Amino acid sequence: MILGALGVSYGFWDSHQYKTEEDVKVLLAAEHDGHGEAHSSEGHAEESHVEEASHVDAHGDEAHAEEGHKMSHEEHVLHQIHNRPWSALYVAAFFFFMIALGVLAFYAIQFAAQAGWSPVLFRVMEAITAYVLPGALIVLGIAVASGTIGHYNIFIWMDPDMVDPTSDKYDALVAGKSGFLNLKGFIIRGLIFIAGWSLYRHFARKFSIAQDNADDNKNFKKSFRIAAGFLVFYIYTESMMSWDWIMSVDPHWFSTLFGWYVFASMFVSGITVIAMLTMYLKSRGHLPFVNDSHLHDLAKFMFGISIFWTYLWFSQFMLIWYSNIPEEVTYFVTRFQDYQLPFLGMVVMNFVFPLLILMNSDYKRIPWFVVMAGIVILCGHYIDVFNMIMPATVGDRWFIGIPEIGSILLFAGLFIFIVFTALTKAPLLAKRNPFIKESEHFHY
Amino acid sequence: MEASKVIHAIYTDDDVLMAAVKKVKSAHHHIEEIYTPFPVHGLDKAMGLAPTRIAITSFMYGCVGLAVAIVMMNFIMIQDWPQDIGGKPSFSYIENMPAFVPIMFELTVFFAAHLMVITFYLRSRMWPFKKAENPDPRTTDDHFLMEISVHNNEKELSDLLKETGAVEINLIDKAH
Repeated sequence: MILGALGVSYGFWDSHQYKTEEDVKVLLAAEHDGHGEAHSSEGHAEESHVEEASHVDAHGDEAHAEEGHKMSHEEHVLHQIHNRPWSALYVAAFFFFMIALGVLAFYAIQFAAQAGWSPVLFRVMEAITAYVLPGALIVLGIAVASGTIGHYNIFIWMDPDMVDPTSDKYDALVAGKSGFLNLKGFIIRGLIFIAGWSLYRHFARKFSIAQDNADDNKNFKKSFRIAAGFLVFYIYTESMMSWDWIMSVDPHWFSTLFGWYVFASMFVSGITVIAMLTMYLKSRGHLPFVNDSHLHDLAKFMFGISIFWTYLWFSQFMLIWYSNIPEEVTYFVTRFQDYQLPFLGMVVMNFVFPLLILMNSDYKRIPWFVVMAGIVILCGHYIDVFNMIMPATVGDRWFIGIPEIGSILLFAGLFIFIVFTALTKAPLLAKRNPFIKESEHFHY
Repeated sequence: MEASKVIHAIYTDDDVLMAAVKKVKSAHHHIEEIYTPFPVHGLDKAMGLAPTRIAITSFMYGCVGLAVAIVMMNFIMIQDWPQDIGGKPSFSYIENMPAFVPIMFELTVFFAAHLMVITFYLRSRMWPFKKAENPDPRTTDDHFLMEISVHNNEKELSDLLKETGAVEINLIDKAH
């Protein structure tokens, strides 16, 4: 049976591998075109106006322009243009990594809560979480590379001149934060986060597979314990990760709600991907034990967490809008002035649309309905990440063009490749899980 | 009015009751009513009752609540007396909208919840001082009662009900 499942999944994966690898190649080429275009045509045209401009630290955030780093408008724009492919890559890398991490958290919650409905989906979740390690390393790699290879294209605080009081780029606010925001600490923290997440993922997967052939529940108990421990670790590291990897693109700005907000975003996209992958596998006949009640539950989670995301989004926005303190409010001012469509569009995509579509309990059982809602939610959360990163790096020079779409397709291909490869490594039904019988007969 | 007769079949187990309901249904007898001490999962499906529409009413009440909130605050804060309160922009509704959202949300929930509950009371005829319609006090504790109308087929019906595991079968005259 295992061999059969493996064979089926392999055939499945084989057809996919071809598609994705070709995808990736085409997209890489496409992406390089994108880079070239951005750098050569626009970039050099600007460069003729301003000599040696690319070395000057500039940043898209209006706050910086206001607070007067001495630079001309051309330098500023040039830097934004140079930032764009970096940011596009970073946004897409983070988006797909975020999905995998969200699924990992969801998976751990299912274990810790001893959920009776979800064990039939564990192998799907495990496959998606296979992307956590490579995805996180890529994100951290891009972040570090932007500070070492690039010219501080994403994180300006990585520029040593900013904390050097003798430099004309000296920024007292950034210097004050250099105890936390320094490249060494950033890398070490990042590696600790990644190590913790992937260790949990590794052992959870190991115990889950071992449980298949065990004759007692020892492995399950271990899974339960590490899931509980991981969730504690996760909520701390996720929060710090969001300060490090996202909030610090705007080193002058801070928000206490930010970690939760990023969490809600990753959680809902993760659940959406579980639902979509499950439906895809089921439509191909690989998950005969999944029924529409499982789908209904996933859709309920998509619905509920979408609203939770909106709640956090609005709480963050409304508190800052209401008190209107200049040092905080620039964050939303730039978004309102330059990003009106994506900023408000994502609220429609992430809130109004799922609210109306997924409210009806009958619709939550119709696969194409849930897929449609899922696609909108995923696009909405891509734009959410886009809105978090882009205003700080490219400012008003944003566009969803070749660099952005190329990066999305690159990481989508990589994501699909890794996930479907992981799907082939184990039978799709976890055997001997104490809740598996209940889950197979789950009916809502 | 003629005095119609009903049979009260009493059960002591919800699984037996479920099986009995299916049997009586398949024999095409009309079940007037079932009295149970607690919700029996799947009983409505077995009896073939139409699904409730109370969620739909609740959605509509929520929309009413949202409309009430918007109209009320638009009139009070924007049209009637647009004061400058702490620098909040009161030139148009949308400009000051975030400050109204908590009220819009709460009124939506308030209307949806309360009107739905009142709808439930009205539709299920529940109010204070209402006379209880319980045919047998034991059904509030540990017995299940199935009421079936009789059309000159008492013998056949009571045999059928006996078969389904009823512990007690009573023929009742219901004077209308």
